[in-house]
Amino acid sequence: MNQALSTSTASKADVTASYGDPVIEIRDVQKWFGSHHALKDISMTVRRGEKVVVCGPSGSGKSTLIRCINGLERHQGGTIEIEGVELVDRSLRGIRREVGMVFQSFNLFPHLTILENCMLAPMESRKLIRKEASERAMEYLSRVRIGEQAKKYPSQLSGGQQQRAAIARALCMEPHIMLFDEPTSALDPEMISEVLDTMTELAASGMTMVCVTHEMGFAERIADRVVFMDDGRIAEEGPPAELFRQPKTERLSSFLQRILTH
Amino acid sequence: MNFDADYFWNLLLSTRFLHPAWIVVWMVAVSMTIGIALGAIGGIIMTSAIGPLKHVIRGYVALIRGIPVLVQIIFWYNGVPALTGGAINPPPFVAGIIALAINEGAYMTEIVRSGITAVERGQREASQALSLSYYSTMRRVILPQAIRIAIPPTGNQVINMIKNTSLLFAIAIPEIFATGTNIFSVNFRYFEVIAVVAIWYIILANGYGLIQKAIERRFARGRGSLFGT
Repeated sequence: MNQALSTSTASKADVTASYGDPVIEIRDVQKWFGSHHALKDISMTVRRGEKVVVCGPSGSGKSTLIRCINGLERHQGGTIEIEGVELVDRSLRGIRREVGMVFQSFNLFPHLTILENCMLAPMESRKLIRKEASERAMEYLSRVRIGEQAKKYPSQLSGGQQQRAAIARALCMEPHIMLFDEPTSALDPEMISEVLDTMTELAASGMTMVCVTHEMGFAERIADRVVFMDDGRIAEEGPPAELFRQPKTERLSSFLQRILTH
Repeated sequence: MNFDADYFWNLLLSTRFLHPAWIVVWMVAVSMTIGIALGAIGGIIMTSAIGPLKHVIRGYVALIRGIPVLVQIIFWYNGVPALTGGAINPPPFVAGIIALAINEGAYMTEIVRSGITAVERGQREASQALSLSYYSTMRRVILPQAIRIAIPPTGNQVINMIKNTSLLFAIAIPEIFATGTNIFSVNFRYFEVIAVVAIWYIILANGYGLIQKAIERRFARGRGSLFGT
């Protein structure tokens, strides 16, 4: 917590160095979909407390990469280590307990109330009793400011509220790492900022975050590092100010042009 | 026209079909319950990763759906005792329930399977990302939603089975149609008897329709978008 606060005032250059141990280590990862080579020799390290934004044109592999980190897609070459544990079949459920994920389409459970959505996983995979799970759920729901909606079903909430509920649901597992897969892409424009504000607060609390997004303003505000992917490779990476002001590759500058002027 | 209205009304308002109708109701209730259980097992196996068992279930569905229900009924009542030299000799009600239940299981397997696969992929992914086990995912997330999807086609199956019980007349079960055949084979008033028999099936089928509506309303809770409440 304190570390996160102190680093926010430090210069961007030594931010990465001042973070903790590597918690995500990706080495030479390959992924194919049939004959399509979706991830090519991907290597990257994320340290504890670090916030990494992944961007790139559609089909560049950014969602595939983030989905490999919690094993929703299984990588076919190279290794992925989460907090020192290699991601294989046996370690999958243990790793997923520590890695939360937020999806573009929310994926809330429609037959359960918001509160029940948040209580399910802590009770089933963390073995919390009902009372503990419910207290924890209410705590995180009020933190994302939808505590008063707890008894409603997802279909009764706005898109922005649903996505904040999905963030609370993931946080109820008290994960060490949070993955966001285009969390605002399915939202109406007026609801994007409420979700980004929630994510900004989460970032300020010191959470390790990897976020696929096209929200460049948000990336600039919270990211320690931006990773630009193109055609299944990491084409460029660095602090957002550097990357956005002086893109080194033609691909990135044309991508930024399209994103910022659309 | 040769229609005996007095006889028709007397037969319709008599108590002769009350017991036969009761036989239909409880035989459908028992057979459907077993059929749904078989279908749940079959459907879950079909969507699971258990390879060899899947082939067994697929074979069961293909076999049963390919054989007329009447043939299956006679198989259990006459065929099995003949094959085993009388060692296995189910009484009519048992043979009838076995035939209807096993037939139903094949159709319910397909209904449960399609219900499970119709649950959005994101639901499974969200469950996996939350570290839920396969068992928790099925029990808490997938099946509750699959059941909602499977309820309307299951209602159709109940109505079909109510009408299929008429085939049990072939193994001397005194259900509605058998009772009717007993009456018209004595007095030859085919039209009046058939009309009364038809009305009894209409009452049972549509009576179940009301129950079905109530079930659908109950399960619509929290799913405004799916059922348009």
